[in-house]
Amino acid sequence: MAALGESFGRGSMTNHYCDLKNADVILIMGSNAAEHHPIAFKWILRAKEKGAAIIHVDPRYTRTSARCDFHVPLRSGTDIAFLGGMINYIMENNKYFKDYVLNYTNASFIVDGGFYFKDGLFSGYDAKNRKYDKGTWTFEKDSDGVPRRDMTLQHPRSVFQLLKKHYSRYTLDKVSSITGVSKENLLKVYEIYSATGVPDKAGTECYALGWTHHTVGSQNIRTMAIIQLLLGNMGIAGGGINALRGEPNVQGSTDHCILYGNLPGYLKMPVSSLDSLDKYLKKCTPVSNDPQSANYYANYPKFFVSFLKSLWNDKATKDNEFGYDWLPKMDDGKAYSTMHMFDAMYDGKVKGYFCVGADTALSTPNSNKVRKAMENLDWLVGENIFNNETYEFWRGPGVDPTKIKTECFLLPASASMEKEGSQSNSGRWVQWKYKAAEASGDAIPVGEIEIKIMAEVKKLYEKEGGPGAEAIVNLKWDYLDRKGRMDVLKVAQQINGHFTQDLVVDGKTIKKGSLCPTFGMLKDDGSTACGNWIMSGSFGADGENRMMRRGKEDPTGLGLFPNWSFAWPVNRRVIYNRASCDVNGKPYNPQRKLLEWTGDKWVGDVPDGPWPPMADKEKGKYPFIMKQDGVASLFGPGMAEGPFSEHYEPLESPLEKNPMSSQRTNPAIEIFKGEMDVFASASEKFPYVCTTYSCTEHWCTGALTRWQAWLLEAMPELYVEIGEKLAKEKGIKNGERIKVISARGEAPCVAMVTKRFKPFQVEGKTVHQVGMPFNYGWLYPEKGKGGDSTNRLTPTVGCPNTFCPEYKAFMVNVVKL
Amino acid sequence: MDVTRRGFLTITGAVGSGIALSSLGINLNPTRAYAKELNKMNRVRTAKQVTTVCCYCSVGCGLICSVDGINGKIFNIEGDADHPINEGSLCAKGAGFFDLTEANKHRLTKVLYRKPYGTEWEEKDWDFALSRIARLVKDTRDKEFVKRNAKGELVNRCETIGHYGSSNVDNEECWIMSVKSRALGLVYIDHQARV
Amino acid sequence: MSKPELIKLIDTTLCTACRGCQVACKQWNEMPGLRTKQWGSYQNPPDLQWNTWTLIRFQEYEASNGDFKWLFRKDGCMHCADAACVKVCPSGALYHTEFGTVGLHSSLCIGCKACIAACPFDTPRYNPQTDKILKCDLCYDRLKNDELPTCVKSCPTGALTIGRKEDMITKAYSRVRELGGDANVYGDKFVGGTHVLYVLDEKPEVYDKLPEKPRVPLTIIAWKDWLKPLSLLAAGGVIVGSFFHYIIHGPKDTSGGDQANQGGGE
Repeated sequence: MAALGESFGRGSMTNHYCDLKNADVILIMGSNAAEHHPIAFKWILRAKEKGAAIIHVDPRYTRTSARCDFHVPLRSGTDIAFLGGMINYIMENNKYFKDYVLNYTNASFIVDGGFYFKDGLFSGYDAKNRKYDKGTWTFEKDSDGVPRRDMTLQHPRSVFQLLKKHYSRYTLDKVSSITGVSKENLLKVYEIYSATGVPDKAGTECYALGWTHHTVGSQNIRTMAIIQLLLGNMGIAGGGINALRGEPNVQGSTDHCILYGNLPGYLKMPVSSLDSLDKYLKKCTPVSNDPQSANYYANYPKFFVSFLKSLWNDKATKDNEFGYDWLPKMDDGKAYSTMHMFDAMYDGKVKGYFCVGADTALSTPNSNKVRKAMENLDWLVGENIFNNETYEFWRGPGVDPTKIKTECFLLPASASMEKEGSQSNSGRWVQWKYKAAEASGDAIPVGEIEIKIMAEVKKLYEKEGGPGAEAIVNLKWDYLDRKGRMDVLKVAQQINGHFTQDLVVDGKTIKKGSLCPTFGMLKDDGSTACGNWIMSGSFGADGENRMMRRGKEDPTGLGLFPNWSFAWPVNRRVIYNRASCDVNGKPYNPQRKLLEWTGDKWVGDVPDGPWPPMADKEKGKYPFIMKQDGVASLFGPGMAEGPFSEHYEPLESPLEKNPMSSQRTNPAIEIFKGEMDVFASASEKFPYVCTTYSCTEHWCTGALTRWQAWLLEAMPELYVEIGEKLAKEKGIKNGERIKVISARGEAPCVAMVTKRFKPFQVEGKTVHQVGMPFNYGWLYPEKGKGGDSTNRLTPTVGCPNTFCPEYKAFMVNVVKL
Repeated sequence: MDVTRRGFLTITGAVGSGIALSSLGINLNPTRAYAKELNKMNRVRTAKQVTTVCCYCSVGCGLICSVDGINGKIFNIEGDADHPINEGSLCAKGAGFFDLTEANKHRLTKVLYRKPYGTEWEEKDWDFALSRIARLVKDTRDKEFVKRNAKGELVNRCETIGHYGSSNVDNEECWIMSVKSRALGLVYIDHQARV
Repeated sequence: MSKPELIKLIDTTLCTACRGCQVACKQWNEMPGLRTKQWGSYQNPPDLQWNTWTLIRFQEYEASNGDFKWLFRKDGCMHCADAACVKVCPSGALYHTEFGTVGLHSSLCIGCKACIAACPFDTPRYNPQTDKILKCDLCYDRLKNDELPTCVKSCPTGALTIGRKEDMITKAYSRVRELGGDANVYGDKFVGGTHVLYVLDEKPEVYDKLPEKPRVPLTIIAWKDWLKPLSLLAAGGVIVGSFFHYIIHGPKDTSGGDQANQGGGE
């Protein structure tokens, strides 16, 4: 989601599921929507019914391809080349939406004179540390400190001209040769999609893990963001970039940032050099000298201080910097993702592990290494509704339990329908769930387990003390009700935020303890506490739980359903929606009117900022209010590997050289160097590209679905999909048991010989690709009868922005048993 | 502040009122009835109907659980026809949602403990697990708590404990875990966002 | 008051093979999932079986011009108007409902398997554990209670719809006109018209296990017209039914098929 945040200001799906019906063109790339988001596909087909073109670009012909207008196969890991070619096509043929590009993006900004791009590297590269010094990735500013612009877009250092030059290298011939897509197919997609670069057409993109699971994952999305901005497809009904996320509440768990780098609400996790609250806030609060930029993150201190108050309540005071010191600090420039954690665990540095509702022994790349790493644990706490391969690692394949020291707990949890609480879908709808039945036996909700564990820990520190005890003993932790059960409403309200003292606002007295109806009322002086500012407004001032709403009204006819549940932020259904109107606030497409400025107010969806449209030079604001400069980023200096995207080969690829430059792989990726982290690129031993995926009938590692007989019956066992041509070459028959091997491990499975994988012509040679699901594990079906993790094959490497592992492109061989 | 609307949400009609055969203009007055075959439908009609949200992909489809009024157990789950996204429909996983309830014999129902070098799980109670886990957490944390890093900067962190998950639990639970991990000083904190 | 004769329309061109219907059917009808093997196909169980009354068939099809299509077809009872199974059933277990569909009184089934031999679509399946025939009854109890059949309700894309017979026939033909090419309506022109219609993208002969010209076997017409009345005179029809099942057994093996899947059922 790093790319979306950098491009538009927020890292989430921009539109929502029902909105897909409003599109004129839907590009499904990096997603297998029909299989993994089957109900999303309902809305895609609704657009198709109305005449929309539906395009699927994917290495493999899938159930999605079967229902699209056409399918274009491309080699895994070459999306940037494919999309870079589209940018080139848009620029060369003047297909961009000029009014939009000029006013709502940084196209006209002038980039620093020291910035350059040469042979695959941007200015400022530090080869030793594999990192960029971004000093030249900046804009020239005028005497007021406002970025200089050239509204003719002719300045050679304007973002527009630099972009044009950068992507001019992505010619049809070059792109076709890298991706293995025919020129005819490339042109077909480019033409149809770029036809949406007019005011009354909407194009949308649906992606999922097919884009994020690459060493260039974030830049895949960045490239599409550039296309959507050039075509004016952001902020409009039927447009946007729609991240179809893979878990029921991955939006919520991300919003609440169970992530090393962020605190709830995408606040930044402090690093060690920021040793005071002042320094931290200064660093995190952007400043804009442009009076027309709302620069909404100028409010950052209010969100952050309110968060600290929600943790430590009365103990967080102005005098102790609201407990800032008690927060852990990461070392500057160091990452602590799952891959890093298992690397440290492998080295014996991580000794205790909470694994909640997950099966990391299957889901983490290079699972042989992960399983080995777990043997170093002193203790493991699992919380789940079913047992899984992580919790039983101590008696996994080839493991002797009598040699494993780890003390293990497996705590039974309530299933989703056995507890009350809210869940956020990809479209940011926060929906309330009710408890239908009590879980059986000793099972209780995960939240309750966690509250109780922490309560016990807190008691120990209160009694015994210990290093850094303040953070724990001062923690507000009263989330059990009188019966000793998790008080879900109390937690939900703590997240929403409340006033910590009596306040007078606009002449009205607000009582201490009242719920805060919007994050607009949060304060940086300790008078408000808010567990997650973006969720502020999920309760009304009157106490109404808006997440429970079930109103079915749809006044715009666009499927916004404003009275169904609550959508963050402030019930806005399409974010950046002010960009659906011209600078005077008139909708670009009157047929799909998402929003309109009536002279004194916005009508339609909840506007992205209450201010008048930007033509009002006095009070008007630019539409991308979460960006420092108020406009969206064609030039995105926040990215690790460059402000523009560039094609690099996957860590393991069939090519010895990157056809675009001397930089074979993403120059900013972190290389893991443990003895089990071996790689083999362009090797005769592993000649075939492999990609991994899920299927409709299973979910993720299958940790929930393999235990269900109806689903297991439909998809019983690990398989590898192999094209007919390759199967013939290798003498492999459909249904035969074979083995897939990589430099790291092997996976016995059943061959599924199919017409749906075709070889690619890449740089003059034939490249075969195969694919495997990652839904299986040794524990169940019992005795490994369903096969084991596909991640025995995948490498420990990931995108430098997000550390999403490269599950989608690596090299293997297929061998007969 | 007054929040009283909590508990169950009862749906009108049997399993949602959105789509019904009668909306097709079909008269369904029975001409013959076979009592035996009507059993399940009758149970649904008299059951408590509770709405929930699917726990798999991120579309957020609505479902309705039919709960037996006498034993309090769920006996049928199907799509919520009033839900604006799925309009009653479900994919294979959603349609099989019922198999996640206690009807599934593989569900965990006991606190399980495996002692160091043990070869089997043992059943334990919550008191044992909670106090033992708290002890392990504190001992591990205290032993190598990092007050200051190599540069001497104040970091107050615990690098020896990792937390993973979860994106398949509720928001309120996520927040609790996020906050708990920070209060403990953890830095290895992650969930399924990357996988 | 006229009988609300219903038709379920399966528009294969809208199906995404999500198998919501396949699982929803098992959930509502409380059929277990059985152990299967990966046999080189998404299609599993490989065929209809006693616990699987609705099955999505997956078929990779390459037309002579090289165009590739992945065909998905929901297989299950066609609910014939002139239903061979009803004709041949000696015990009255299989019957025509007021909706025109073919219902099943499980309690009356004697496990004679005559219907298996008779069905031109190879739909009814035998459960050796209970000695009963099982098949789709188009959720008769749901229909009676103004609820959609569970497969139709679960379908996300509108591939499955249900409605008045004449409306659905009109709908099917108008969809076929819209699709053009080889698209066709399958079901209304034989065995008295079925109460399940397909909109097929390709000619019927292209699809696996879909009879091009299904008809009620002559032997069964003979059975219905002059032997069955006789048999019903016999006590419970059991003995005679079994006898005639033996006579008309035909080329089909009605005993095997599901056996492989019996072990390890949950």
